Amino acid sequence: MKYLIKLYVTGQTARSLLAIANLRRICEDELKGRYELIVIDVLERPQLAEDEKILATPTVVKELPHPIRRIIGDLSDSERVLLGLDLRPCSGEPETLSGERR
Amino acid sequence: MKGAANGNGGITKLKTEIEGFDLIANGGLPRNRSTLVSGTSGSAKTVFAAQFLAAGVAKAGESGVFVTFEESPDDIRRNMHGFGWDIPAWEKANQWAFVDASPEPGEPLVVAGGFDLGPLLLRIEHAVRKVNATRVVIDSLGGVFSQLGDDARIRHELFRVGRALRKLNVTSVITAERTEDHGPVSRFGVEEFVSDNVLVLRNTLEGEVRRRTVEILKFRGAIHHKGEWPFTIVPGEGIIVIPLAALELKQKSSATRISSGNPALDRMCGGGFFRDSIILVSGPTGTGKTLVTTQFMARGDEPGARCLLFAFEESREQLFRNALGWGVDFAHMEAEGRLKVVCNYPESAALEDHLISMKKVIEEFRPHRVAVDSLSALERVAPLKGFREFVIGLTSYIKHLEIPGLFTATTTALLGGTSITESNISTTTDSILLLRYVELLGEMRRGVAVLKMRGSAHEKEIREYTVDGQGMHVGEPFRNVAGILSGQYIFIGPEGKPQNATGDSIAVMASERRE
Repeated sequence: MKYLIKLYVTGQTARSLLAIANLRRICEDELKGRYELIVIDVLERPQLAEDEKILATPTVVKELPHPIRRIIGDLSDSERVLLGLDLRPCSGEPETLSGERR
Repeated sequence: MKGAANGNGGITKLKTEIEGFDLIANGGLPRNRSTLVSGTSGSAKTVFAAQFLAAGVAKAGESGVFVTFEESPDDIRRNMHGFGWDIPAWEKANQWAFVDASPEPGEPLVVAGGFDLGPLLLRIEHAVRKVNATRVVIDSLGGVFSQLGDDARIRHELFRVGRALRKLNVTSVITAERTEDHGPVSRFGVEEFVSDNVLVLRNTLEGEVRRRTVEILKFRGAIHHKGEWPFTIVPGEGIIVIPLAALELKQKSSATRISSGNPALDRMCGGGFFRDSIILVSGPTGTGKTLVTTQFMARGDEPGARCLLFAFEESREQLFRNALGWGVDFAHMEAEGRLKVVCNYPESAALEDHLISMKKVIEEFRPHRVAVDSLSALERVAPLKGFREFVIGLTSYIKHLEIPGLFTATTTALLGGTSITESNISTTTDSILLLRYVELLGEMRRGVAVLKMRGSAHEKEIREYTVDGQGMHVGEPFRNVAGILSGQYIFIGPEGKPQNATGDSIAVMASERRE
């Protein structure tokens, strides 16, 4: 299963860089070799932000596989990111499931 | 540049073009600033906000950006269509742009770490530049909190949005929900971010009648009218604020006299009514108020004069038949375009809506005379305050046009007495005619008196009058009766002694006994 993940940021701020680093690490850990990550700077593409209804940055949009999921924030809370990307069963206890692959 | 600095301390105003609002706001909203519009659910915040943009596009040629946090743009396009605002056409013409920040249905939003609202700002800026907007609406601020959580971070971000709007040189309206009609200005305390100017919209229940009002709580550094102003929402038009007393009393006062339609009445008034006066005809049921109205409409004797009659008590058929009975052919007058009779049930609309539609008819027909028969019938459809506002609104509008307005009021007591209408309208009227029953020696007779005639001498006598197929005939004054107005008559007999109404009163009997 191929993952298509887009990350929207506003400029090269510390928060943007933190989010990019966090997302890269999570993807490498969880989805190595089966994901595509696209980083979009809304400063350069305001109309795209409008079309995609991006309200806050950083925003992660997992476009594939369906359903589409959105996560807002600098992604420093890895467990919430994994939950948000459907990489963890939402009702499970994150501690015991950590490291498990899907 | 529009919006002069008329005593607004250097702050210029942007005319909203929302009908009536610019009058109470002394010219409009402070230009290049944000105004918070706060109100409970159902207080017409979104309509106000959308109209701010729509009126800008349609009436001032100014483009606008609508930032929506709650309803989807599709919902807004659909909901506002009924007001005659063709938003899709304006979008195509690059006069209107949406920034869609409404929640996506069924998509849970996960927050994982710190974030900012940079994209929102960018999108607003982008849209403002795209349509070259002068007006921006954010509806509603509370929607941000319900999507992203009530967080100190969001407050800080909203503060940035407020600052950015100021830099963009746009005049903005930001709506916020409040939980009560009278209480904290808004639910999340958001007024801190845009607190320069605050408007409050209310939708309250008073005496089983819904009443909408708008209040300008503050315009920092600029003047405005205080207090709550009623407004109504009209299909095809939107919000219309009723500015009542804010209308300046600047109409000219005319010394030209016009006929009441009855030469004897004219003589009693010292030569007729003034051309731009408000006349109140008061009397109990059946005294002839409608007759005075009919004469006023039909026998004015100004060539080519158009007359307009609003009737709230009788149907057209009744009115026309009655008029014929007094020798006046209303149907013929209407056919000639000299008369327009508008009949309505008082209950058919709220008072504000009556006022709006009456103004509209007056505007279209441009009459030289207006009459309302009767004003008292409208008392029953509104709380006292609303009725008073209606009376002031209507009379000041008619005075503004410098045409005469004749109103009738029904007194509740058959003999003597006053009515609510009278006490509410008497200060705004220029002339008051009283029609009264006079019980004389076991017979009901009728008397007419001029109580008030602003700016002119008038007769002080109470004259008897009769009614026949030709109309009203004013005769001699009642010479031997006192106390007609109070209903407590005393007869002054031929020998100068007081008698009571029936002629064989206690006083008379007592005096007989003494003899």
